[in-house]
Amino acid sequence: MNYQEKYTENQILEFLSEIPDPEIPVITITELGIVRNVELTDKKVIITITPTYTGCPAMKLFEDEIIKKLHEKGMNTIEIKLVYSPAWTTNWMTNKAKEKLTAYGIAPPISGTQDKGVLFSSGVKKVICPRCKSQNTILKSQFGSTACKAFYQCNDCLEPFDYFKCI
Amino acid sequence: MTAKEALLNYCLRLGDSSLILGQRMSEWCSNGPILEEDIAMTNIALDLFGQARTMLTYAGEIEEKGKTEDDFAYKRNEREFYNSLLSERPNGHFGDTIARNFLQSAYFFHLYTTLSSSKDDMISAHAVKSLKEVTYHLRHSAEWLVRLGDGTAESHEKVQISLDDLWEFTGDLFEMNEVDELLIKEGIAVDLNEIKKEWIKTVDQVLERATLKKPENGYMQTGRLNAIHSEYLGHLIAEMQFLPRAYPDAKW
Repeated sequence: MNYQEKYTENQILEFLSEIPDPEIPVITITELGIVRNVELTDKKVIITITPTYTGCPAMKLFEDEIIKKLHEKGMNTIEIKLVYSPAWTTNWMTNKAKEKLTAYGIAPPISGTQDKGVLFSSGVKKVICPRCKSQNTILKSQFGSTACKAFYQCNDCLEPFDYFKCI
Repeated sequence: MTAKEALLNYCLRLGDSSLILGQRMSEWCSNGPILEEDIAMTNIALDLFGQARTMLTYAGEIEEKGKTEDDFAYKRNEREFYNSLLSERPNGHFGDTIARNFLQSAYFFHLYTTLSSSKDDMISAHAVKSLKEVTYHLRHSAEWLVRLGDGTAESHEKVQISLDDLWEFTGDLFEMNEVDELLIKEGIAVDLNEIKKEWIKTVDQVLERATLKKPENGYMQTGRLNAIHSEYLGHLIAEMQFLPRAYPDAKW
């Protein structure tokens, strides 16, 4: 089969955007920004991905899911390339993805300088509670349920929630 | 020594310090003083393992003998590890761990900041990526150091002793040999004397805020460059390597 004749790169991206993030199933791997490139040659499909965090345990799963999805779509020869540069940043996350995160109960990353101060986070922007929209929230721990999230609590509705860290 | 041998050694140093500190942090799993800290410390372990994987995989590519990251992590002996003596110090109590992590994270922070412009593409990509992660690790340990140092009389005294005990292993972080010399000329490695200046500034800033005293510079125990370690590394790697050594054909 000649992949270049049968598929377009945009088509492949659409296939990939059917794959949910394994840990945050409301957003897809393309919305998350880990798919960096799609290349079609006559004999194979080359997908380039980048990790959110170097130790992200979902990377292997991302690879397996991509291969599984493309198999379903009729492609058999797939190569996955892992790149580290440019380093993944939360700025690549689409606005639509941020809205979905909020609806799911995870405060989305606040663009700009949040969390980038090295020592003693003074004067940082307030993270808004995804449940009651209060700005009266407090950081409980920089490290949350996954590498990419911090743990917050709302002082008004008292609910704990995850915040997607800005990196 | 060829440029290739130097680069291989340099990558092992970078990978090994992350690997060994990561292994230490993973020992806290289920033993953290509070749930949030248990999660924080294992998250840090995960980041460090990720960083180690990148460098050990790259080391395998440089060496061209078909070795994988796992071969480097699981099939080397004590005298083949190039991690810092600081990274292998035992966890001790929570204050000991925080003091050790602070000293090592501040080092990683300044090292990766400078290595971000390394002329080796893989090392610079690794540095840019890792910097984002170690910034969190540095902030985590620095904030705890302030909380403990400026906390109760007991926490202050305990963490001051932790710092005093660890200080003699900090000189090892800045030792250089012909590997550094060769790679600095190529624009790949960084001059650790420069890193030390920045490191000291961070240490001073945090210790002042933590109302802790910087230990006097006395005898410094070194060994990292020659893969000479304290008595603790052997035990650490025995535990880390047990499974793949006992079942060498096991597949994950």
